[in-house]
Order: sequence, then structure tokens, then C-alpha cells
Amino acid sequence: MTCLPTHTERKLGLVIDLDTCVGCHGCATSCKEWNTGGYSAPLSDTDPYGADPDGAWLNRIHGYEVGDGTESRTVHFPRSCLHCETPDCVTVCPTGASFKRAEDGIVLVDPDLCIGCKLCSWACPYGAREYDPSHGVMKKCTLCVDRIYNEHLAPEDRTPACVRACPTGARHFGDLGDPNSKVSQLVAERGGFDLLGAFGYKPVNKYLPPRSRRDARTVGADTDTAPQKQKIAAPTTAIENLFSWVDRALSR
Amino acid sequence: MHPAYSVILFTTASGTGYGLLVWLGVLSAIGTLPASRWFGFTGLALSLGLITVGLLASTFHLGHPERAWRAFSQWRSSWLSREGVAAVATYVPAGLFGIGWVFLERTDGVFALFGLIAAALALVTVYCTGMIYASLRTIRQWHQPLVPWVYIALALATGAMLMLALIHVFGMESTWFSYVTAALIALALLLKQRYWATIDNEKKTWTIGDATGLGKHGQVRMLDPPHTQANYVMREMGYAVARNHAEKLRRLVRLVAFLVPGALCLITVVPMEFLAAPAAVLAVLTAGVGVAVERWLFFAEAEHVSMLYYGRPAA
Repeated sequence: MTCLPTHTERKLGLVIDLDTCVGCHGCATSCKEWNTGGYSAPLSDTDPYGADPDGAWLNRIHGYEVGDGTESRTVHFPRSCLHCETPDCVTVCPTGASFKRAEDGIVLVDPDLCIGCKLCSWACPYGAREYDPSHGVMKKCTLCVDRIYNEHLAPEDRTPACVRACPTGARHFGDLGDPNSKVSQLVAERGGFDLLGAFGYKPVNKYLPPRSRRDARTVGADTDTAPQKQKIAAPTTAIENLFSWVDRALSR
Repeated sequence: MHPAYSVILFTTASGTGYGLLVWLGVLSAIGTLPASRWFGFTGLALSLGLITVGLLASTFHLGHPERAWRAFSQWRSSWLSREGVAAVATYVPAGLFGIGWVFLERTDGVFALFGLIAAALALVTVYCTGMIYASLRTIRQWHQPLVPWVYIALALATGAMLMLALIHVFGMESTWFSYVTAALIALALLLKQRYWATIDNEKKTWTIGDATGLGKHGQVRMLDPPHTQANYVMREMGYAVARNHAEKLRRLVRLVAFLVPGALCLITVVPMEFLAAPAAVLAVLTAGVGVAVERWLFFAEAEHVSMLYYGRPAA
């Protein structure tokens, strides 16, 4: 049934730390590896080693440049289904293939009911649903529903494949409906935010903002009210660049 | 948005078919149309034929057309499902209306009622089609209150043109219906013009800064896409072919979908009998092409919010 549950017992989801993500694509690779053999398997590819590879992925890692000049920074940005509380991707589904689980809030597609009309992907502002042309059905993040409750796996593996794979600990999994859970506290502590909050789908997944640059004090020193430091002329040669870098590194 | 060609064929063909069904139902209920067997057969065969061709075409873009019947189940929440239910439900009164007209040569009494019910359900179906698009918050150009009304106006106008062509091909005439048809074409054009003006004058709602939540840290630009080749989302939602030529295509639509067919419909009132039937038929054919272009442009001009993640600054 594509009507949404009025209430879910838990709100399982991910918290993604944009400060520590290094953009290694490890989570996306691990996701693909697990999910090509998991729920709604396989996750097909066409021409994977050729000139025009194509395939369905449930997690994609973008890279953005934010800000200008000395304040600019690179932000690596993993993007997958946010398991929203009130998403239209579920309600537009004509067949009942898309549904949101009342017990844990996971949004899933039943691959045996999906007719591949693609309307759910049109309704998602996050671009999180991908059509798998080989199987004629929609694929999306399952929050590794076949791992997190899987008693055949070691307890430490009962977490989404992307979270398990992340080498920098930038991905966290838990119940965001429980204010005392580790993930909820992390969100509260770090000022976690919703993607397109004003859009109204109430995403469960949260993102943690990048922290301020560690050298922000030095960089801002010329203009703000911080104690005046000795001004160094803009370096012009390689060796001066090196020293300038050492200077910045030391003043952290 | 990538135009699904089967969906364009579907909405153009069945839109005209449903429009014709409305006029067959309404005009025979008020006693304007002859209860002749052959006229009824031709009209209903054309109408239901166009509807059926369109409905079948609409299943071609599905990944699993053999499961299409499942789409009747979720009418509580899904406009696509509601459209399917209404489309199939329309066949029932239309069929009963047809039995009266073709086999019994009667369009009065209870058969007139069947005709009117079929007409009402036809309008409901077209409204549902429009609402599939208008309900999508992700696409500003579609999420407009005018969208379902443009669909209905175009269905009524193209259906009236086909009705007019039938009237003249069967050697009858109806000056007032020529004027009704021309007026409907004018109304549809007016609504379409209002629609275009609305989407042009509205400010874009979302920025790449909103989408990533990084806007407060400064200007956001895409540095690395997640993959080297275009993926499904980029091909489906990022389709922009023809958007640069939108103004030219709009002029073409104004001409081919509205002005030329409108003028041709008015030719049917001049006292030169031999011109009327060819003019009315030509009006239908021209408008068919024009509406197909209009539907294509409706897709090509639609900008999807998800493209912000792929570097579009605003949507």
C-alpha cells in the first residue's frame, strides 16, 4: 500500500559527516558489492569496463567546491536515499511496489510488484532512485535491510555496508527517532541538517556540516579584530610557497 | 525531463479520443446528433480507438508492461493509478452508450444518460493525467495549478475538431459547433499562454546551496561528478534538448496547434460546402501534430530539482 504510515516505531537512517568524508567512494563500492547480491538483486551494469559504462548505483559521491579564495574548500558529498518520513516517491507509486515500513521507516521497492514506470524517480528531489534497465524495475538504497537484522552475520557486521566500509568513520547508522541514540546526539552536537528541508519530505538521514577551517584564524587575521600579526608579503617563488605553507602549518 | 515518446503519443491520441467522447455524449444528449447507426459507430470507434491506442502506447515505456494491471490498485494515493482506474471505468458507460446507438439506434433516455456519464468520466481521466504532472513538487514547470486545465482544454478542443470533421464528412453541418470549436481553441491557447507566462515569470525555487545544505558556507560549485558517464538520473531528469529553442517551438505550437486549426475550423462556416469537410479534417491533423510538439516541449522545459546535485545552479 502506497499510503504512508502515520507513525513509524523507529526512524532508522544514516548520519553523514561532510567534515570527515574524504571522497574515496569506498562506501559506494561496498554498497554495490553487497547489494548486487542482496535485496532486489542483482544491481546490473552494462559495459562496465568499456568506454561507456552504465549501471544502477544506490549511493553516489559528489565533489563540490564551496566558497571563494582563501576560504574555499572541497566538500565530498555522498548522496543516497534519505528514507524520508513523508516522501511522494511512495505515494505516487501506482502499484504498491514502493512502501515505507511502519516498524523502522525504511523505504523499499518490491521488485516483484514494480512495473518500471519511473514516476517515483520523478517524485524524488534527491535523485536517489535509479531505474535498472536490465530488470525493468527501480532500485534504491535499502538501508541494507538484509544486513541490519541478519543474525547469520557477526554483530559488528549488522550495519549498512557503506557504514561498515567507511575508512574515516564519516558514516553513522542508528535510530534517529530516539533522541538518546548515538546518532541523534551526534546530530544535536554537530548541528546536523536536512537536505532541502523546506521541500517538506522530512528526510530521516542527516548531514553534519564541515567544520570551520583550522587555519581560519590566520587567514582572517588581516581583516578581523584578532591581534595583528606580522604581515608576510605574498610568496612568489616555490621556496617561499613552501615556507609560507610551513608557517601556516606551524601556526595551527 | 526526458520526453517518453509513448507518453506523448498516449496523451495526444487519448486526449483527442476522450474529447471526442465528451462531445458525442453531450451533443447526442441534447439531440443535435443523428441517432444513425453508422454515424454512431464511426464516432465511437474513432473515439474509443484513439483512447485504446493511447492506453496501449502508454504501457510501452514500462519496464514490465505485463504487470500494468497492478497499476489499478493504488488509487487512494497515486494520480497515475487514478488515471488508470478512470480510463478503464470510462469504457463501461461508453460501451452501453455505444450499444444503444449502434444496435438500437437510440441516443435518448437511459442511453443519453450513459453518454453523459461516459463524457464525465472522460473528463475525470484527462484531469487525472494532468494531475500526474501537476502533483510533482520536484518540477516547478509542472507543479502549476493550470496544468490539468490545459490538458482538459486541449482534449476538449481537439475532440471538438474531430467531432466537427465527423459532422462534415457525414455531409451535415453545424455552424454553431464550428464557433464552439474555434472558441475552445482560443480558450486553450489563452490558458497555454497564461501557463507559459507563469513559468517564465516565476523565480526559481531551489539553489545548489539549498540542495547540498552548503550554501551558508559560500557559493557552491560542482567539482567532481560521481561518475565519468551520464547515469539514469542525468539522462531522465537532465534532458535539456530543445530548451534553448523553447521560444521558437512555442511559436510553432501557437501556429500549428492553435492558429491554423482555428482558422480551418472557421472555414467550415463559409458557404462553400466542398471546402468544409477537407478543412475540418486538415484541422484535426494539424492540431494533432501541434499538440504532440506542445507535449514534447512540456517535457523539455521541465527542470528537475535533482539536477542541482549535478551542478545546475538553480531549479
